[in-house]
Formats: sequence, structure tokens, C-alpha cells
Amino acid sequence: MQRTASAADFNAAQRFFRRASSLLWRRPRVAATVLLAPPMLWFVLIYLAALGILFLSAFWTVDDFTGEIVHQWTLINFETLATSETYRAIAGRTLGIAALVTLTDIVLAFPCAYFMARIAGPRLRATLFVVMLLPIWLSYVARVYAWRLILAHDGVLNWTLHQLGLPAADIGYTNTAMWLVFSYIWLPFMITPIYAAIERVPGSLFEASADLGAKGLRTFVKVTLPLVVPGIIAGSIFTFSLTMGDYITPILIGGPGSSFIGNVVYSNVGIANDIPFAAAFATIPAVVMVAYLFAARRLGAFEMM
Amino acid sequence: MESTFTKWALGIWTALVIVFLFVPIAIIVVYAFNPSHIQTWPLPGLSTRWFPAAWHNREIRHALWLSVKAALLATGISVTLGTAAAFAVHRFKFFGREAVSFIVVLPIALPGVLTGIALNSFFGFWHIGLSYWTIVIGHATFCIVIVYNNVIARLRRISGSLREASMDLGADTFVTFRRITLPMLSTALISGALLAFALSLDEVIVTTFTAGAQNTLPLWIFGAIRLGQRLPEVNVVVTVVMLATLIPVILAYRLMNRAPADTGK
Repeated sequence: MQRTASAADFNAAQRFFRRASSLLWRRPRVAATVLLAPPMLWFVLIYLAALGILFLSAFWTVDDFTGEIVHQWTLINFETLATSETYRAIAGRTLGIAALVTLTDIVLAFPCAYFMARIAGPRLRATLFVVMLLPIWLSYVARVYAWRLILAHDGVLNWTLHQLGLPAADIGYTNTAMWLVFSYIWLPFMITPIYAAIERVPGSLFEASADLGAKGLRTFVKVTLPLVVPGIIAGSIFTFSLTMGDYITPILIGGPGSSFIGNVVYSNVGIANDIPFAAAFATIPAVVMVAYLFAARRLGAFEMM
Repeated sequence: MESTFTKWALGIWTALVIVFLFVPIAIIVVYAFNPSHIQTWPLPGLSTRWFPAAWHNREIRHALWLSVKAALLATGISVTLGTAAAFAVHRFKFFGREAVSFIVVLPIALPGVLTGIALNSFFGFWHIGLSYWTIVIGHATFCIVIVYNNVIARLRRISGSLREASMDLGADTFVTFRRITLPMLSTALISGALLAFALSLDEVIVTTFTAGAQNTLPLWIFGAIRLGQRLPEVNVVVTVVMLATLIPVILAYRLMNRAPADTGK
């Protein structure tokens, strides 16, 4: 008796799955909604909502006595930012170093990506790929800390210079140190997209260029470089944005005068507890990045990511 | 075509970049064996005395456990949501399809401090206290893209005809998914999950804003370095964590690049 009941249950379940299956097959809209709703709800209800609230709170202020956020429209945060020399300098430093780091990483990464895509054999290429990307996944704080040890007064760098009979380079806790460390930390993010872009260029184009009489450098400037631009842009999204949004490296590597936008945001959320002001300052990197992302998308950079 | 000189120059450049990438990591590993409290170079000797010290430190254990718990759940969420989004975008044409890949990548394309403070003010706005759960929400949000990218790249390489053949032979959507699509997808899923786990385990910029009073391991490390305290233990912890992430990440890359045909058979 029980056996037939469970057999009936089984048949019912099977019929249910059959029907669900054919429903999903005949109505792709239903299938797409079922798949898409959970991830999109997550992003809309949490992430985009969070960005929205952040943007709104930039126009709010904090009650001096209670420390509570007052939901009242005001431009005071932006006025403070616009009129303050200090904050302008911080924004300038953040954007400037982010741009410098991006350029440095393009220069460092391009030859590597080119070597991997066009010269290395398949086995070497696969190995290089893993080796170059490995550091991304190894602890970020650890890698920043490593540079603190290297650049310290009694660190590896000065010891090496001393052995070579050179004067000590006291670049620890300076903007130079930050530039070096940022370039180091984000370099792997530049290699993959440039590699992807070079790999897509058909080999015949290089041959055609050579057949038409172009020398190596000319082929590089006229053929390779323009085709690789989307890859460079894709990489720069990461190096630029990651540098701009950092506050750990300025704390651990930078000196007293190397605050980034992120540091102001960080201290206003923690100690000073002025989220509206922090939000207002955070709109600068946000606006810069959103504009940059839209431009990048038009230039086809997303294909390289 | 590149001349021999160009080839060599590029090769040497690549080798130097690899040295640049790995020397700092090697130095950290050496410092883990520093017998002294003071971090100077050259080391006065070599010793493993700080390994047991770090192992028995309760703060480190708590932080490590919190990090692992958060990374496990965040990975679970991002595998589920990232795979679903990848399937939807790959299989169906719909309005706003392009926007999906744009939104998914936003949490890692926008500056980290922005994602951090946005989530922080979001939780504040709804009066949600910062806890284990808020850490997980933050991590899952930026880990989804890792799984999404991995899965969609694999889906593009799998040919649709196998799926159609399966359905022609009478298998329904679910059976086809389980017997055809999933086996061809499994390595991409595992590698996506491993990378998401590694990312979650190491993240510090967003986590600061979502963690409240508790410390994840990277937060503990950051705090200790900043205050200049317990640096010998920091050296050990950092070394162990890096070596421990090395294996899953290498595994992930090997799985990611395996051709789907090998795994389908």
C-alpha cells in the first residue's frame, strides 16, 4: 500500500518537473526571470540602494550635539570641500597619484603582456599567466606591509644600497613610496586585459604590415597600439579606481602629508562620525569612475575584462 | 615580426617584472623566521619561535575563524547568484541585458572606499547593527562578479548543441542541467568559488566599514601593523595565510583553463 503511494508521489513529482520544464522551455521569459531576479534583487536592494543612500546623505548634515544624521537638504558639505585648501590638495593628490600609478603600470605591464601573447609558447604562456596573477590573490595587507619592511630605515633597500656603496634612500613614508607600492600592488590587474587585447589581434595583421614595408616600430605604433587601447583602458579602470579608493596604503606607507580621499572618508566614518561629509567627499571618485566606466564601455574595454 | 633582440628584451623585462612581483613576498616569508622583536635587515638569525606564539594567540584564532566563516557564506551566496546571472545573460535576450554585466562589475570597478562607505551608510540608514552578517553581505556583493565572469566565460565555450541533443532525446530542462551542463561547468564553478573565497578572506578596504567591533584576520593584521604591535606574530600569520591561499588559487587557475570537452567526457 505504502509502496504504491510513494510510487504515486514519485510520478506526481516527475509530472511536476516535466511541466515545470516544458513551461520554462516554452516561456523563456519565465526562465529568465527566475534566474535573473535573485541576483538583480541583491544588487538593486542592497548595492544600488546603498549607493543611492550614500549620494543622498551627501546632502544631509550631522547634528553637532546628538551626532545623529539630520535629513535636511543642505550643500554645506560641498561648500566645505570647495573652499578648503586642504581638501582640494587631498583630492588632487589622490587623482594625481592614481593617474601616475596607472601610467607606470601600463609601462611595466605592456612588454610582459606582449611577451605572453606573441612570443611565449602555450605552456610558458599558461605558467606566466598564473604567476603574474598570483599576487592579486595573496593578502593585500601583507604585500603592503612587505614594502614597509623593505623601505624602512633599517630595511632591505637601504641595506642593499649600502652593500653597493650607494647612499641610503629614505623614501619610506613619502608620496614616492606610495606611488611605488600602489604600482606594485595593482600591476597584475593591468597585465591580463592588455594580454587579452594583444591576443585578439590576428597575427596576419602584423605580417601584412611588415609586407607593406613597415618596420617593427611603425607596425607597433600604427597597428598594435591602436588595437590594444581597449585592453589598456580596461586595465586602467582597475589600477586607477583601486588606487583612488584606497586608504590602507596611505596609512601604512605614506607619511603625515599623504592623506587620500579614502583617509578622510575613513576617519569621518570612524572617529569624527560625520557620514554626510564623508559621503560628499566620496562623490568625487564616484563621479570620476562612473564617467570613466561609460567612456570605457563605448571604447569596447569591457570585452577585455 | 619581432627581431631576436626584441624577443630577448621582452623576455628579460618579463622576468624582471616577475622578480619585482615576488621579492617582497619572499622577504615577508624570511621575516617570519626573525628571532628578534625588532624588524631590521639583515636578520640577527633564524628561528621558528613565533610560529607557536601566533598559533596560541586567541585574538588571531578568533579573527581567523570569523574570516573563514564569512568567506564560506559569502562564497556560497556569490556562487548561487553569480551563476544564475551568468545563465540569464548567456541564454536569454532581454531588455537591459548589457546593464547586468555593468552592474555586476560595479562593486569592484568603483573605488573600494566608496563601496565600503555606501554599505556602511546603508546599514546605518536602516539601523542594522554591524555584525557577521553585514560582513558577509559586503563580501558577497563584490565576490559575485568573480563567479559570474568565470561561469559566463565557460558558457561561451560550451556548445549549445549538446544541450539541444539532450532535450531532443527526451531529457527535461532539469535533467539536462544536471547531466550535461553542470558537468561541463563544474570546473569553472569550483575555480570561481575558490577565487571568491580567496578574495573574501583577504579583503580589508570594504570590510573595515562593515565589520563593526569584530576583527576579521586582515583587519587584525592591519590594526597590528598600524599600531606597531605584535609584529613578529604578524609576520608569521601573513606568511601562513599567503602560503595557504597559494594552493587553492593555483588549483583554481588550472581548473579554469581546462577545456570543457575534457571534463564532459
